[in-house]
Amino acid sequence: MASSTTGVKVSGKKPAGDQAETPSRGHAPSPAGPGGGSRFQGSLRDAATAAFVAGVLGFFFIGLRTDIAPGGLDIKARWTAWIVSILVVFAGRLALNLFVFKAERPVTLGLAAQLSGVGETLPGLSKWLVRLLLVFALVLPFFLMTVFPSKQRQFIDLAILIMTYIMLGWGLNIVVGLAGLLDLGYVAFYAVGAYSFALLSQYFDFGFWMALPLAGLLAAFWGVILGFPVLRLRGDYLAIVTLAFGEIIRIVLLNWYQFTNGPDGISGIPKPTLFGLEFSRSEDGFAAFFGLEYAPIHRFIYLYYIILALALITNVVTIRLRRLPIGRAWEALREDEIACRSLGINTRNTKLTAFAIGAMFGGFAGSFFATRQGFISPESFSFIESAMILAIVVLGGLGSQIGVVVASVAMIGGIEMLRNLGFLTQIFGSGFDPVQYRMLIFGLAMVLIMVWKPRGLVSTREPTAVLKEKKRIGAEAVAQGEGH
Amino acid sequence: MEYFVQQLINGLTLGSIYGLIAIGYTMVYGIIGMINFAHGDIFMIGAFISLAVFLLLTSVLGFAFLPVVLLIVLIVAMLFTSAWGWTVERLAYRPLRGSFRLAPLITAIGMSIVLQNFVQITQGARVKPLPPQIRGGVTVMQGSTEAGTIVVQLSYMQMIIIVTTLVLMTAFTLLIARTSLGRAQRACEQDRKMAALLGVNVDRTISLTFVMGAALAAVAGLMFLLLYGVIDFYIGFLAGVKAFTAAVLGGIGSLPGAMLGGLLIGLIEVFWSGYFTVEYKDVAAFSILAIVLIFLPSGLLGKPEVEKV
Repeated sequence: MASSTTGVKVSGKKPAGDQAETPSRGHAPSPAGPGGGSRFQGSLRDAATAAFVAGVLGFFFIGLRTDIAPGGLDIKARWTAWIVSILVVFAGRLALNLFVFKAERPVTLGLAAQLSGVGETLPGLSKWLVRLLLVFALVLPFFLMTVFPSKQRQFIDLAILIMTYIMLGWGLNIVVGLAGLLDLGYVAFYAVGAYSFALLSQYFDFGFWMALPLAGLLAAFWGVILGFPVLRLRGDYLAIVTLAFGEIIRIVLLNWYQFTNGPDGISGIPKPTLFGLEFSRSEDGFAAFFGLEYAPIHRFIYLYYIILALALITNVVTIRLRRLPIGRAWEALREDEIACRSLGINTRNTKLTAFAIGAMFGGFAGSFFATRQGFISPESFSFIESAMILAIVVLGGLGSQIGVVVASVAMIGGIEMLRNLGFLTQIFGSGFDPVQYRMLIFGLAMVLIMVWKPRGLVSTREPTAVLKEKKRIGAEAVAQGEGH
Repeated sequence: MEYFVQQLINGLTLGSIYGLIAIGYTMVYGIIGMINFAHGDIFMIGAFISLAVFLLLTSVLGFAFLPVVLLIVLIVAMLFTSAWGWTVERLAYRPLRGSFRLAPLITAIGMSIVLQNFVQITQGARVKPLPPQIRGGVTVMQGSTEAGTIVVQLSYMQMIIIVTTLVLMTAFTLLIARTSLGRAQRACEQDRKMAALLGVNVDRTISLTFVMGAALAAVAGLMFLLLYGVIDFYIGFLAGVKAFTAAVLGGIGSLPGAMLGGLLIGLIEVFWSGYFTVEYKDVAAFSILAIVLIFLPSGLLGKPEVEKV
């Protein structure tokens, strides 16, 4: 589209950094120049190497399978699967070589240009797009009820799930995307929120609306407690410590049987009420009060609006905070910590506020999760959950609010859709369960997006503080090492 | 006293395994300054390859002489696991060299998820039990208490683990100190750009570092398989975090430090479960990680890190 020749160079090249003398994988120089024949030969050789490596790697995993059999373990061969996997790698690598890595005009370029074109050329349109999305989110339950009356409950449930992840993504985005602190234990705050509400309701008969602010506060409090000692650590140390903290919380919840009921979890968590009106069939329930016919779907719609409101609050608070000095300090911290310190920003307090505010929204989402499920157990708060939320933030582009929405809908919604595709089981056999592949796809997407576009899909960022005129920071500039 | 000695032996055995994994973390961190989050899963891959080779040799090909079988398993597992380590570096880390600092860490987490789920899908989620292969041992001490006699036993398995670890440690220390590859690694650790200017193939050196780390993780995987007899696709996560703790405790970047840290973490874990509660042994290990990072960021044997602008 709008790609000039310089654009070709910039986005076709992998971030090479200071390794100028060693060409990166995707950019091996073809020895005989751009001649067509040698290029094809080179691609073929490269694809053969890749296929060989795939064969070696897959031999003990795809080619063989150990299973529990009567009288010990049994090993079975699956040579067809192994050969198919080698062929797939060969074909895929060859296609990539021919059309992307060694092509004169990579096909990904057009895609990249289109993606950046959306953000760059039409700020007005994107504004309208956001408003449209908002209106769509507002009318979504009624839309689903009229269009899919038979599956309304399932779809609204899915919408609630996606909304929960959007909210978690936005909450984590404050910590990871804005302040640049990699938090691998975000689910701990989610758990603190969920358990705060569950325990408050169990021991003190708190309702959802009374417990919600307390759950948020408690989560923020834990964020401060954890953050205070560890926030002066370097980025990757911080990641590991937060991960350890997330696991500690889970292990304590699992083993503190007297208080949290251990692995059995807590059940009978109250449902939210609307100004005291319960969503039940009773005389003073919601339906009776408004003279409607009782339908269980009302409660789901109500839940949807609660999480929508919570998510929107998260979003608005984030956008507002970004324009305040504290938000600017966060972004400055993400770009260069040493510069921040030398400019007199109190980095510890700045990090601490980001951590606490992110944790607070995690706590809100957690108590919503508890009331939606009606039952919680430590199993819901494993590391995988943290990784999933992080994947959503990363895929959407660190720091991008709309990116989180896109990534949540694509990942959570896409996986749910996969579950319903019947023809996949016909292709891959009856034992095929696409849900199994969920985390594999998440992981692969994380790696591929990071390698291809290190700042995520929606990767153009606009600095909130500008001198004289606005300038865009493209992903390329960041990838070249300008943003650390 | 007897109980204490027995725990000491168990702790040293476990610590040796952690130490072997920790070396992979510490070498990679030393040379490119990133936490190879997927290293714990490379260890898991090593354990699975060991199991597959072992079953191939014993039940399909019918080898029965255990020492030879184990030697072949060890070599094959090291080779194939190295291939995994090399591939992970090539796909997920090399393209991101020179990118912003969190980028390789995020791909490392992605890679860890990929490896876990790949193994879960291809090998199934259920645990794989392997009956104990090396039985017996020598009695070190004997004592009697009110409850009866306590026998302190050093099993052959534990001996093999400790001796193998010692041999490998010596070999690797020599490799780093004496060979040209070791020299290249130390050069890259100090200044990658300068090393490249002086003719060191930096990419190759880094790849070989990953290969070496993966090979040691494969050894640890085999030991784990033989010692505990139960593996599943998730063992890499906990072992990885604990080995990383060991590397940090010993001072990240330092080879003897990794070994020392591994032994300490193994001892702490075993004594904690022996004298306090088993349920919270992981909490103990994780808390140590946090405490060490806060109060002693450069570890026991590490050099303090100088921040360059």
